[in-house]
Amino acid sequence: MPTKTLAGTPVDTDDEGYLVNHSQWNKDVAAALAAEEGITLTDGHWKVLDFIDTDFKERSVVPGMRRLNKVGNIPTKDLYALFPDGPIKKAARISGYPKPVSCV
Amino acid sequence: MKTLLILGAGTAGTIMASTLRNKLPKGEWTITLVDRAPDHYYQPGYLFMPFGIYTENDVRRPMTRTVPRGIDYREADVDRIDAAANRVLLPDGTEVPYDVLIIATGVHPAPEQVEGMVNGDWRKNVHEFYTFEGAKALTERLKSWQGGRLVVHICEMPIKCPVAPLEFTFLADAWLQEKGLREKTEIVYVTPMSGAFTKPVASGILTRLLDEKRISVVHDFAIARVDAEKKSIVSWDEKEVPYDLLVTVPPNMGAEMIDRSGLGDELNYVPTDKHTLQCKAHANIFVIGDATDCPTSKAGSVAHFESEVLTENILHFIAGQPLRSRFDGHANCFIESGHGKAFLLDFNYDQEPVTGTFPLPALGPMRLLAESRLNHLGKMAFRWVYWNILLPGWPIPLVGHKMSLRGKNIPPKEIKAAA
Repeated sequence: MPTKTLAGTPVDTDDEGYLVNHSQWNKDVAAALAAEEGITLTDGHWKVLDFIDTDFKERSVVPGMRRLNKVGNIPTKDLYALFPDGPIKKAARISGYPKPVSCV
Repeated sequence: MKTLLILGAGTAGTIMASTLRNKLPKGEWTITLVDRAPDHYYQPGYLFMPFGIYTENDVRRPMTRTVPRGIDYREADVDRIDAAANRVLLPDGTEVPYDVLIIATGVHPAPEQVEGMVNGDWRKNVHEFYTFEGAKALTERLKSWQGGRLVVHICEMPIKCPVAPLEFTFLADAWLQEKGLREKTEIVYVTPMSGAFTKPVASGILTRLLDEKRISVVHDFAIARVDAEKKSIVSWDEKEVPYDLLVTVPPNMGAEMIDRSGLGDELNYVPTDKHTLQCKAHANIFVIGDATDCPTSKAGSVAHFESEVLTENILHFIAGQPLRSRFDGHANCFIESGHGKAFLLDFNYDQEPVTGTFPLPALGPMRLLAESRLNHLGKMAFRWVYWNILLPGWPIPLVGHKMSLRGKNIPPKEIKAAA
C-alpha cells in the first residue's frame, strides 16, 4: 500500500490514489489531492465535497450523480464544470473516500 | 383472516405468490396480488425479438395462465402505499389493508429522464429493447436496415440485466453477417462505465470479444442529451457520438408509486436490507427483485434466488422469530455471444464472476466465463424452465440461492478475502 505525504500529513492510499483511511483526511489534504487533479478548490467545490462527506457518513456509500442532483441539489452540468472528466470519481478522491463502485 | 399483499405480478411477485400459497394455511391467510398489466412477459425474450429468434407469442402469456391458483388477483394500478396505516390505496379509492406487504414492482426504462431522447425520432431511429413495445418497434426498424452506424448505448447504471446491451451487440454483429450487412455497418458500443462490464475478470474477457468482433467501444460516456437533428448523443463534457440507429438503454427507474408513497431513493428504489430483504423503514414490508436497492444485478435469477430467502424470512416474521435466512447477492446470467454460443456468469455480493464449471466442479457441464454451445442451449431452454418451473415456484435442481464456490477458479488472493 503506497504511503505519501500531502500537505505535511502522511497518508495511505490505494493503487489509484484513493485514501484508505479517512481519519488521515483534512481540508489541507483535500486541497493537495485537488491540486493533483489540477483543481483549485472554491466554495462551489466545497458544496459538493461537504455533501459527499455528510452522505457517506450516513449511508457508507459515495453518492451517485442522481443523488447529488436530487438530494444535494447540485446539477450535473455544474459537477462537470467543477470536476471535469469524471466528477464523481474525482470528488470522491478529493473527499478522501473510496472509488465509487458501479453497480453490477 | 390475515392478508399478505403482493404488489407486482412479474417474475418476483408471481414466484412469491406461488411459494407462499403453498406455505401459508388457506384458512388463515388471503394472498392478494395486484398488477396493472393483463399479460405476463418473459422479459429475457425481448432481446431475441429484433433478430427474429422469438416471436411476440414466445414472450407473452395472459396473467390468467401465470397467476397461481388460490390467489386473490386484482388487475389494477396502485395509487400509493400508506405504510403508517398498513394499507394500499388504488386509484379508484379502493383500500387494500395488509398484515404483510411485499413490494415487487420492478423497474422500467425512463427515456424522458434524458433531454431530447423522446423526440420525433423516438421509436424511429432511437430505440430501446427493454419493453415489449420497444422490442416490437426495433424489430420493424431492423427489417429496413441497409447499413450505417449502429450505436448501442447505456445511459446510466444500474440497469436491469446489465449484460443485455452486450448481448444485443453480439447478436446484432452475427445477424448483420447473416444478412450480408456487416461490412456496411459500423457498430459502436457506448457505456458510462470504464470498461465493458463492471467486474474486472469478466470485463477483460468481454473487451477482447468486442475487439475480435470489430466493435469499437466508447467508455466513460455520461449522456447529457440526444441531438435528434444532428443524430448524435452528446455527453456532459461535450463529446459527441453520431448514429444512424441508436439502441439505448434508458435510465431504469422504480415505480412512481414508490415515490408517491415516500418509500424510495432518488431512483425510486426501496432501501432494503440486502441480506434479509426487509424494507429498512417498515418491519412488515419486504422488497424483492428489481424494486430493491440491493447492490447486485437487477435480473430474473436474482429475483428467483431472493424468493427462496424471502419465503423463509416471511415465515419467520409471521411466527415472530428473527429473520434467519440471508441473501448473498447470488446472480447467474447467460451472455449470448452470437452464432449459437453463449457465456455463463455466476457471482454474488463478494465474489466476482470467474472461470470454472457449473453447477458441478470439473463435471460442469456448463463452463463459466467461456463461450460454448451448451451455454447457449441452456439459455434457450430457460424459457421453458421459466414458465413451467420458476413461476410455479418449484426449485431448480443443483442451483440454490447460496452461491457455491465449488468449480470456480478463484485467484488465491480472493479466496482469502472471501473467507
